[in-house]
Amino acid sequence: MSVLTAATRTEIERQRDRYPQPRSAVLPSLWAVQHQLGHLTPEGMEEVAQLLGLVPSEVEAVASFYSMYFDHPVGRHHVLVCVNVSCALRGAEEIVRHLEGRLGCPSGGTSADGEFTWEQTVECLGACGGAPAMQVDHHFQENLTGERVDAILEEVRNAPSHAGGPAPRRRGAPERAS
Amino acid sequence: MAEHRLLTEHFGTEGVQSLRVYEKLGGYQGLRKALTQMTPDEVVTEVKTSGIRGRGGAGFPTGMKWSFLPKDVHPRYLCVNADESEPGCFKDRALIDEDPHQLVEGTLIAAYAIQAPIAFIYIRGEYHDQRLLLERCVEEARAAGYIGKKILGSDFSCDVIVHGGAGAYICGEETALIDSLEGLRGQPRLKPPFPAVKGLYGKPTVVNNVETLSNLPHIVMRGGAWFASLGTEKSTGTRLFCCSGHINRPGTYEMLLGTPIRELLEEECGGVWKGRSLKAFQPGGGSMQVLLPEHLDLPLDMDVVARAGSALGAGAMVFMDETTCMVDVSMRLVDFYQHESCGKCAPCREGTYFESDLMHRLERGVLTTAELGTLTDICDNMNGKCFCPLGDTATWFVMSAYQAFREEFEEHCGAGGCPVKTRNSRLVTA
Repeated sequence: MSVLTAATRTEIERQRDRYPQPRSAVLPSLWAVQHQLGHLTPEGMEEVAQLLGLVPSEVEAVASFYSMYFDHPVGRHHVLVCVNVSCALRGAEEIVRHLEGRLGCPSGGTSADGEFTWEQTVECLGACGGAPAMQVDHHFQENLTGERVDAILEEVRNAPSHAGGPAPRRRGAPERAS
Repeated sequence: MAEHRLLTEHFGTEGVQSLRVYEKLGGYQGLRKALTQMTPDEVVTEVKTSGIRGRGGAGFPTGMKWSFLPKDVHPRYLCVNADESEPGCFKDRALIDEDPHQLVEGTLIAAYAIQAPIAFIYIRGEYHDQRLLLERCVEEARAAGYIGKKILGSDFSCDVIVHGGAGAYICGEETALIDSLEGLRGQPRLKPPFPAVKGLYGKPTVVNNVETLSNLPHIVMRGGAWFASLGTEKSTGTRLFCCSGHINRPGTYEMLLGTPIRELLEEECGGVWKGRSLKAFQPGGGSMQVLLPEHLDLPLDMDVVARAGSALGAGAMVFMDETTCMVDVSMRLVDFYQHESCGKCAPCREGTYFESDLMHRLERGVLTTAELGTLTDICDNMNGKCFCPLGDTATWFVMSAYQAFREEFEEHCGAGGCPVKTRNSRLVTA
C-alpha cells in the first residue's frame, strides 16, 4: 500500500521527467516525501526507488548523506541555529542557551509539546551579514536577540506547517512554485 | 574610492526580481546581443579578453575553462554552482535575492557560448526561498521566450533547471556537485578526467559560480576590453566581498579589485565595532589562512593576497577584534570540516576527527603541551594528501593561527578553561 499521496507521487513523476536521467530526481523526490511525511521513512524511500527505477538501497544511501533529510520524526517546526565563526563572533552561543532554556531540551531535541525540534549547526547558513542567525522551517531569521527569538517562536507556533514543509511566508517572499 | 556597483547596481531597486522591471532596466539585452549579433566563439573570445577569473574560490580564468571543452562533442552541460556554503560567504545568496534575473541572463549567455542545451542551477538546500525565487524567474523568462526552443528567433535552444541540494558543503566542489546532480551521494571524483571532458552524465560540462555568471551580461554589453580595464591587470573587474564578524556594518560590498583591504574595512564596514582594535581577519572564507592587522594595506588582488600566505577565495572577509579567542575560532572551523567531510578518503575523514577532538580539549584547557605538538603532525598528514581540497583546507586556518598566535594556543594547555574568555569576563566586570 502506498504511503505517499497521489499529489506526492505526481510531484515525483514531474521531477523525474525534468531531467535527462531519472536518477537525478532523487534529491527533489526525497524533498517531496519529507514535505508530506515530515521525515523520510523506509516505505517512502522505497516508493521513490520504484518511481525512479532504482533499488531502495540506492535511495537510502543518498538520503543518509545529506544533513537536511530527517530519518526520524521531528517537531512541527524545525529551528537551525548557526554556530560557525561569523555567528559565534556576534553571540550565537547566547542564542543557543536561550533556545535551550526556552524549549527545554538540548540541541537535537524536541520540545515537550512536540512543536519544535531545534539544533545548532556548524554548517554556515550564509547569513553572516545578519549574524547571529537561524533558519526556522527553512526561512532565514537574522540579527537575533533573545527577545526576537521569543517573538519568532510565538509567531511560528500557531502556524499550520511542519518541519519538512513551508513556514508561514514572510511578507514579500515568493510563492511556492510547487 | 567607495563601492563600485556593477553587479549590485540594482540591489534594493523595487521589483527588480520581476522580469518586467529587470527588462525596463536594460535586462536581457546582453542575451539578445549575444544571440543576434555574436557567434558562440565570439562570446568566448570576449570573456577571455575580459580576463574574468572564477568567483567561486579557485580564481581560474573563465574563458579558458570554457575553451577546454572538446570540439564537436555534444551534448554539453552547464552547471551553475549556487551551493554557496563557505563559512563567512553570502554573496551568491545576495545576488539571487536582489537581482535573480541577472543570474538567469548570465546563465543563458554562458550556455550559448558553450552551446549547452540544458543549464542546471544547483542551489544549496538551505537557500529554500532563493530556490523558489529562481524557479519563478526561470518560468517568467521561459514565458517571455528567453528560455526554450529557438530563443529570440535564433537557432539556440536551452532549458534551465533549478535543482535544490539538501545540506552538504562538499557539493560546492565541482565533481561532487555533478555526482549530487546525478542523484548520488555528493562525493568528489578523481581528476582527470576533468568535467570539461567528462562531467555530468559523462558529457563535457562547465561548472561556473553565480557571481561569475552574473558578470556576463555586462561583459557582453560593454565588451571584454572595458571589463579588463577595471581592477588590476590580473584581477579584473569587481568582486562582492561578504564582510562579517566584529565590524560596525556587516554586509556585502562590491569593490574594484585592487582596492586596499583597509578601505573596505574602514569606509564600507565602518571599522571594528565597539571602538576595539583588530586582532586578525580571514580574507577568503573559512578555508583560508588568517591575516593580521599589518596586512590591511594589501590590495584586494588575488595574487597579492596569495603571496601574503592566504587567498581571497570566495570573497568572505571575517574580521575579529582584540577579544577573540583564536583557539575558539579554529575549533569552530575544524568542527565545520569534520561535519562536512564526505568520508571518501581517510586523511580527511580521520584527520578532521583528530583535529576536532584535539581543538575541543585545547579550548576546554585540558590538553597537554605534548599533545598540542601533535596538531602539526595531524595537519601534515592531511594537507596535500587528501582526495579533494576540503581536507587540505581543513588544516589551513588552524595551522596559520597556530603559527601567528602560538602563545595563545600554548596558554590554553592545562589551563582548565579558556584563558582568553576568562580575561574577557574580567574586562567586562572591571
